[in-house]
Amino acid sequence: MSDHSSSEHSSSLGLYFLIWAALLAGTGLTIFAATVNLGPFNAAVALIIATTKALLVALFFMHIRGASEKLLKLVVISTIFFLFILLALSMADFGTRLWS
Amino acid sequence: MANENNPQGERENYLNKHYGVWSWLLTTDHKRIALLYLLSVTFFFFIGGFFALLIRLELLTPAGDLVQADTYNKLFTMHGMVMVFFFLIPVVPAVLGNFLVPIMIGAKDLAFPRINLLSWYLYIVAGLLITHCMLTGGVDTGWTFYTPFSTAYTNTKIIEAGLAAFVAGFSSIFTGLNFIVTIHRMRAPGMTWSRLPLFVWAHYATSIIQILGTPVVAITIVLVAAERLFHLGIFDPKLGGDPLLFQHLFWFYSHPAVYIMILPSMGIISEIIACFTRKRIFGYNFVALSSIAIAVLGFLVWAHHMFVAGISVYAALIFSFLTYFVGVPSAIKVFNWTATLYKGSIRYEAPMLYAFGFLGLFTIGGLTGLFLACLGINVHVTDTYFVVAHFHYIMVGGVLMAYLGGIHFWWPKISGKMYPEGWARLGALIVFIGFNLTFFPQFILGYVGMPRRYYQYPPEFQVLNVLSTAGSTVLGIGYLLPMLYLLWSMRYGKPAPDNPWNAAGLEWKISSPPTTFNFEEEPVVTWEAYNYEELDTPQKEEVPVGR
Amino acid sequence: MADSTTMAAPTEGHNPALLHHFAEPQQQRDAASLGMWIFLATEVMFFGGLFCAYLIYRLKYFGEFAAASQQLSVKLGGTNTVVLICSSLTVVLAVWAVQHAKRTLLLGSLVATIILGFCFLGIKAVEYREKFEKHHVPGPSFQFANVPVPGHPDLMANPYHAQMYFSLYFVMTGLHALHMIIGIGFFAWLLWAAYKGRFTPEYYTPLEMGGLYWHFVDIVWIYLFPLLYLIDLRK
Repeated sequence: MSDHSSSEHSSSLGLYFLIWAALLAGTGLTIFAATVNLGPFNAAVALIIATTKALLVALFFMHIRGASEKLLKLVVISTIFFLFILLALSMADFGTRLWS
Repeated sequence: MANENNPQGERENYLNKHYGVWSWLLTTDHKRIALLYLLSVTFFFFIGGFFALLIRLELLTPAGDLVQADTYNKLFTMHGMVMVFFFLIPVVPAVLGNFLVPIMIGAKDLAFPRINLLSWYLYIVAGLLITHCMLTGGVDTGWTFYTPFSTAYTNTKIIEAGLAAFVAGFSSIFTGLNFIVTIHRMRAPGMTWSRLPLFVWAHYATSIIQILGTPVVAITIVLVAAERLFHLGIFDPKLGGDPLLFQHLFWFYSHPAVYIMILPSMGIISEIIACFTRKRIFGYNFVALSSIAIAVLGFLVWAHHMFVAGISVYAALIFSFLTYFVGVPSAIKVFNWTATLYKGSIRYEAPMLYAFGFLGLFTIGGLTGLFLACLGINVHVTDTYFVVAHFHYIMVGGVLMAYLGGIHFWWPKISGKMYPEGWARLGALIVFIGFNLTFFPQFILGYVGMPRRYYQYPPEFQVLNVLSTAGSTVLGIGYLLPMLYLLWSMRYGKPAPDNPWNAAGLEWKISSPPTTFNFEEEPVVTWEAYNYEELDTPQKEEVPVGR
Repeated sequence: MADSTTMAAPTEGHNPALLHHFAEPQQQRDAASLGMWIFLATEVMFFGGLFCAYLIYRLKYFGEFAAASQQLSVKLGGTNTVVLICSSLTVVLAVWAVQHAKRTLLLGSLVATIILGFCFLGIKAVEYREKFEKHHVPGPSFQFANVPVPGHPDLMANPYHAQMYFSLYFVMTGLHALHMIIGIGFFAWLLWAAYKGRFTPEYYTPLEMGGLYWHFVDIVWIYLFPLLYLIDLRK
């Protein structure tokens, strides 16, 4: 069970500022990478950076990392899984329309 | 419902603890909220039924002579909308689930009682919206709201109806949220997952679907409204949009929605069959996990509603393949229920009659789903009465029969009174006969080519239509009967003992009706679910539970 | 979402915040936490439908999406991203402050969060106004003539397809802004409650829940920014 004892949830202030700096750096990196010609990988890079930033917020600011119970992680992973299903199976239609 | 007198010093229970309208409208007691829902869903059931009656009346004759074509479109649309959003989806979770889930796990209430009340108020707001919509012209797009007709061409009240569905959706989401947190966090000591009644497993799985699916249809409704208001073109081919995008987003929820409807009903059936065969459900683990499997797999198959809509044939292949899988867990459950009957001491009280009806009718409905999953057959019977019969077998033959069985089974607990058994058995029989007479001809009609949503048809289809309409009248009588005798029983019924069925489950260890906080002391569970052997052996001392 | 958190309700017993149907405060906290996370799951799926529509049309009309996207100001969008990231920091600072009983930091962080929230909305309003002036609001007055597809100077963007981009832009950022407004409202209440001393190191559940919601809104923007503002910037 997750609890609020000082060892788990109240991470050091330093860590919070570190994550904050990383998020700002990620934003800058995203903008920079968008101006570089990476061919078809521009979108992938942008999404990878965005996902990394989102993970940092979720793990450290929203304290999933500290949560001792697996349940919250399961909720997050399941949700992302079903969102992925929506996107992927829709693309199974739209992406293959022109094949036949 | 609220005016139990207390002249003989009746035991205090949740019904007579407080009096007055506000004690009901501001209640946070999950049992009272369940009754508030019972009243409201019953009201909308009869509204939806009224539309069904008009549809069947029109279809008595081949010509379109009762109503105009546009009016007929509104009839089947409002029938569908009201039945789906205001009856089938909320009925079992919000009435029986709300009442029983906390008690079955040994809790005093749901995790968030005020959100529970909010859910009901959202349902009422949605109900007012849809009622106003109906009274001022209704909607004619079919409950499926396909674009671009719904976004660009129809002049009916799409936004209001959409808003009603949106608000009802949030009512559903909050109920699901409440159940998941309750089942995770509020189980009594000793109530492990493997000791949970299958009714609770079923509601847990249902809640997963409510949480993950409903928001997608909510945003879809927002997009439809935005498109209508601002002429956006997201779903309009003239402006570069794709109508199939709407259908994908719509069915991503609406297919899992049918599992929201059936899973809780399956939970009811498990409880009834266990009690009236005096046996633990065969393959408890399989039944529990099948509920979860249905919830997960149900999200993978939505485009089987779109096989002839213009999706790519490769997508159709994938979805057809996946659709066969989703039938497997349901079949596992049917096998296990049937296996439970073997060597059981079967009793034929009304709840069990409804359960038998469920077993047969749900099986037929489910099997015809497999026919529809086959692409070749689907092309032939899509948008015909075959599909209509298929889903009515599951919705009415399945969900509604299970619900009626559950209402009868738990009526002594909810009301403290026994219903008249003779009338109840008669009612079950009438429902079964009326149902089959109504919907079996529709399988044939669909197969020989009668399209759905048509108000006129070739004369050679008339005989089957007449049979169907006759059946619907019988079915209607079968529904009115329980309404009447259950109301009668509230005043004149025999007072119910705490456990009239000698059934297993924590709800049967507390008083009928329960007190407001269900348990005087928190129960400690040391026995397995469905411990009928223990219950039927008189010398064994039951573990005392706080009453 | 004030209703989704368990608020202090005075009952007899040692902890005034403990509601009657919970056995102990830890259970109540865990229930609130799980409830909020599940609510956020519904929000993910809610926005998810929009991301699905966006994905499909971006792939279908990539050129027009790029052309339309370049009409947006990366400076303003980037600034808004920084604003939200800073506001997420102030939110965790507020939670840290209440855990360590630092009242001034708590109140200050909450005020800062609200101010940053308004900054975000203000910049958004500037952007929306610009869209309005350039006739980029979808509908009868939409205009997108003679804008070349990036990388193809001879190919003009189809206005209908560009309108698709702007339709999604407005619905997605509009929905996001609506969530921001609700968030600011909730944090205003949190500020008032904190000022009244309702939160202690033992009980600060509404603050924590509000924080989760705020971080989620930040995460949505983290995805919206590159998807809407940074398409094909290299050309």
